[in-house]
Amino acid sequence: MIETYIPLFLVFGFAIIFAAGTVMSSGLFGPQRPNEEKLSTYESGMKPVGTAFERVSIKYYLVAMLFIIFDLEVIFVYPWAVQFISLYTDPAIGTHAFYSMLLFLVVFEIGFLYVYKKGGFKWD
Amino acid sequence: MLIDFILIPLVKILIIVVLMLLTVSYSVYFERKISAWAQNRIGPNRVGPAGIFQPFADVFKLLFKEDIVPKVANKPLHTLAPILALFVAFTTYAVIPIGPPVEIFGKMINLAVVDVNSGVLLVLALTSLGVYAITFSGWSSGSKYSLLGGVRSSAQMISYEISMGFSVAGVLIFAESLRPSDIISSQSGWMWNAVLQPIGFLTFLTASFAETNRLPFDLPEAEPELVGGYHTEYSSMKFAGFFLAEYANMIIASAMIVMLYLGGWQVPYIETLGLSAGLQASLQIAAFFVKIGALLFFFIWVRWSIPRFRYDQLMDLGWKVMFPLSLLNLVWAAILAMIMN
Repeated sequence: MIETYIPLFLVFGFAIIFAAGTVMSSGLFGPQRPNEEKLSTYESGMKPVGTAFERVSIKYYLVAMLFIIFDLEVIFVYPWAVQFISLYTDPAIGTHAFYSMLLFLVVFEIGFLYVYKKGGFKWD
Repeated sequence: MLIDFILIPLVKILIIVVLMLLTVSYSVYFERKISAWAQNRIGPNRVGPAGIFQPFADVFKLLFKEDIVPKVANKPLHTLAPILALFVAFTTYAVIPIGPPVEIFGKMINLAVVDVNSGVLLVLALTSLGVYAITFSGWSSGSKYSLLGGVRSSAQMISYEISMGFSVAGVLIFAESLRPSDIISSQSGWMWNAVLQPIGFLTFLTASFAETNRLPFDLPEAEPELVGGYHTEYSSMKFAGFFLAEYANMIIASAMIVMLYLGGWQVPYIETLGLSAGLQASLQIAAFFVKIGALLFFFIWVRWSIPRFRYDQLMDLGWKVMFPLSLLNLVWAAILAMIMN
């Protein structure tokens, strides 16, 4: 039933108006007296050295890639979890519902251990 | 059609938003009072009796401050980040039911803004959007401290999201549905998921601390090393936006924990007391807020009791401890479901 989602779009609209209104309101009420020192970035009272728009350690990309791989598995588990009891109580399937997912998780865990052995989880 | 899908939801949205704003402002007040109590100080006591109007004073102060955007900042993203943070914080509540369906003027009203069969997925999807708010704010500010805060935070949040997702799968086995009201009704009596699968409860609880960037996982804004972290370069209401979003996320995380693991609005065996329908419903709504309040107190209590993790310890905990534990919980939940059926 798609119409049950209508209130959700109302919530989205409300949240956008509320969020934008909150953030913009300071421009209306606050003073605007910018100067050179105020507009420089914070660097513990020193003159800023270099910029922050530089290269980021490859480690962070590795974390992001691992996240995508492992989080996809979560999506595979959800439909199974929702259906699990009805699959198990179905005499034609029974414990097969459990073992097939167990096998999936074991394969998944082997992948995890492989990344572990390769040093994918070393953060120094 | 118009009444059911537009008017009633609008009333519900207004009520819940007002409730949210009040709880957010007062959770800030209680955070300051409890931290004062934990550190043997007095805490805010000047604005109103015992300082109860302090949150309003804070908001008005921030409202009349100058909004400073650094010259090197990427202005569109710099403005978008707090809007996104607030957007996430003020949409997620929509699917969480605060009480049982009640009959008002002969109409059955569901006490959640939307009751859809994809509720839990919706919450997970929306909360993952929160990562963007922090990453954008960190990168767009053009400050090194912000960048470090943003990068750290995105790594932390995505690491804990995996164990969070697997813990939720354990709940879904018993609920047999992704609809929040089904999840709550599957936990009748003392069959709370926190009792059935304590490991999943603990991993979810820990992951929610990490997802809301609360101590002991508040590395994105570790003051001694990163000044203010991702919001170093934010001032005025943009800063207030992040602040508000952080506390709103804490409330939503508490509500999620209550919904998934602590039986939602249910009070065990209240049906056996033979109360009138109205009284029973109001007691159940009150129980929901008492549970959330207890969890909020727990969030604040932990913040002022436990020191911050080091970055590598945090990532180790997320990947090497929490992730295997949440997988173990999933297997445990499946075995338990087989025994019970």
